[in-house]
Amino acid sequence: MPSAIELDRRAYRRKQSVRSALLSCVSLIVFAAAVWLALARSEGWTRVRETFFSPRYFIESLPVVLQGLMTNLRVLASAVAGVAVLATLIALTRTTISPVLFPLRALATVYTDVFRGMPMIIVLYLIGFGIPGLRIFGRIDSTLLGTIAVILVYSAYVAEVIRAGIEAVHPSQRAAARSLGLSHSQTMRIIVLPQAVRKMVPALMNDFVAMQKDVGLVSVLGAIDAVRSAQIMVAKSYNFTPYVASGLLFILMSLPFIHLTDWYAARLKRREQAGGAV
Amino acid sequence: MIGVNDSNESRGNFAGIQPLLRFEDVHKTFGRNAVLRGVTLDVMPHTVVVCVGASGSGKSTLLRCANLLETVSDGRIFLNGEDISDPRRDQDTVRRKIGIVFQSFNLFPHMTVLDNVTLSLRKVVGMRRIDADARGMELLRRIGIESKARVYPDRLSGGQQQRVAIVRAIASDPELLLLDEITSALDPQLVGEVLDLVRELKSTRATILMATHEMSFARSAADEIVFLHNGVIEESGPPEKMFGAPEKETTRAFLERFD
Repeated sequence: MPSAIELDRRAYRRKQSVRSALLSCVSLIVFAAAVWLALARSEGWTRVRETFFSPRYFIESLPVVLQGLMTNLRVLASAVAGVAVLATLIALTRTTISPVLFPLRALATVYTDVFRGMPMIIVLYLIGFGIPGLRIFGRIDSTLLGTIAVILVYSAYVAEVIRAGIEAVHPSQRAAARSLGLSHSQTMRIIVLPQAVRKMVPALMNDFVAMQKDVGLVSVLGAIDAVRSAQIMVAKSYNFTPYVASGLLFILMSLPFIHLTDWYAARLKRREQAGGAV
Repeated sequence: MIGVNDSNESRGNFAGIQPLLRFEDVHKTFGRNAVLRGVTLDVMPHTVVVCVGASGSGKSTLLRCANLLETVSDGRIFLNGEDISDPRRDQDTVRRKIGIVFQSFNLFPHMTVLDNVTLSLRKVVGMRRIDADARGMELLRRIGIESKARVYPDRLSGGQQQRVAIVRAIASDPELLLLDEITSALDPQLVGEVLDLVRELKSTRATILMATHEMSFARSAADEIVFLHNGVIEESGPPEKMFGAPEKETTRAFLERFD
């Protein structure tokens, strides 16, 4: 049985938490009402509501947009696989020391500089219209071209995440491994990479979330994905609700993973504060 | 354990015996900062040589040069008469013959205690896992923590971690053991258990070059004490002389503070 002093402290803390919960509710209601009033009293609200939030067009467009979203999912799956391979290769190339590999190292550096700097949409245009223009491969599916562009851009980012993860492993770990007689590549494989992977997981998850929405950009090449399907419907009806529907679907698609990322980051933080495993 | 052979020279009489490790006018500069300014030192087989000196006097740098973690700026280092500072020599082969233990333990956090100890046996010596594990367990038994073989290093106390780091360094029988301020990161009550292990290694006739601030340990366990001051050896000799009748005023002033 806790002492009277502790019971008093608990009662006080309980009272405080009820008070702050009530305050949050009131604050939320006031805030929402203010936003609602501002919208509803604006001159064009009725027209905006009709154009962007029409229930009729929403229901009508949902199955079409959902079908388009399947294209996005396919692009996403192939792109994740492609990025995993290409980004690891680039990152490892950048951490090599052999003089023979200097040209590859230089190429990898230029690659990450170029593709991190160039706007995604330009890459999409260059790949989407440039490669077919070469007339080597015959007709190429625009979805495939879009996937290639996404892989090229995201590999540059992910390669840098991997490289940063490798460099974040403390040099003393490398020193300890080398002084046991392990070679450079053994040190990399057995000591550095396993520790680096843990360090880069949060950043990689974040890049994956960004990629989930950027696969919507393949629509500019004419691939019939969620965005493009919505666009076609908009062109027929002049009602923008299909865009909202497709945006909503993208959000729904990313929510599980966003929360997985948050959960993982929180777990890492707890472990570090507990002084636990790396 | 380390390089036991049948030489039976008395302490201090090494006529005709080659030093295991020899520093010859070794210099090391970091940018414009000269840390070692001409160090010449012989480490004879089966002796414990202890480097003392203020922080920044070059003790750690000297040790790190010996196993090629640092490249010397001038001078040469010989292991068994072979110039290991020659860049044409394969560094991995040299490092295999020299074990080092660091101030900050540097155990691999993603491997169990046993895997830490057996890593060099499995990956460098090429021993089968079952044999390496047997040898690893034997070493862990020696330091009394075989029950922690399958846990990760963060579950061990600092003293236990450092003792694991020591047996990891000697697992593949290096000829020379370098100990770089191995007790500096430990709580005072844990220092003893680590130093006891070093005493035990000495009793197995290991060759040890160590840097430390533990003067009473240096006094009782060292065969030779080397006092480094501003990157040069100010004075060296057996502990009786260094603590009893040092020649230089700087040596006396430094060692006096620990009495």
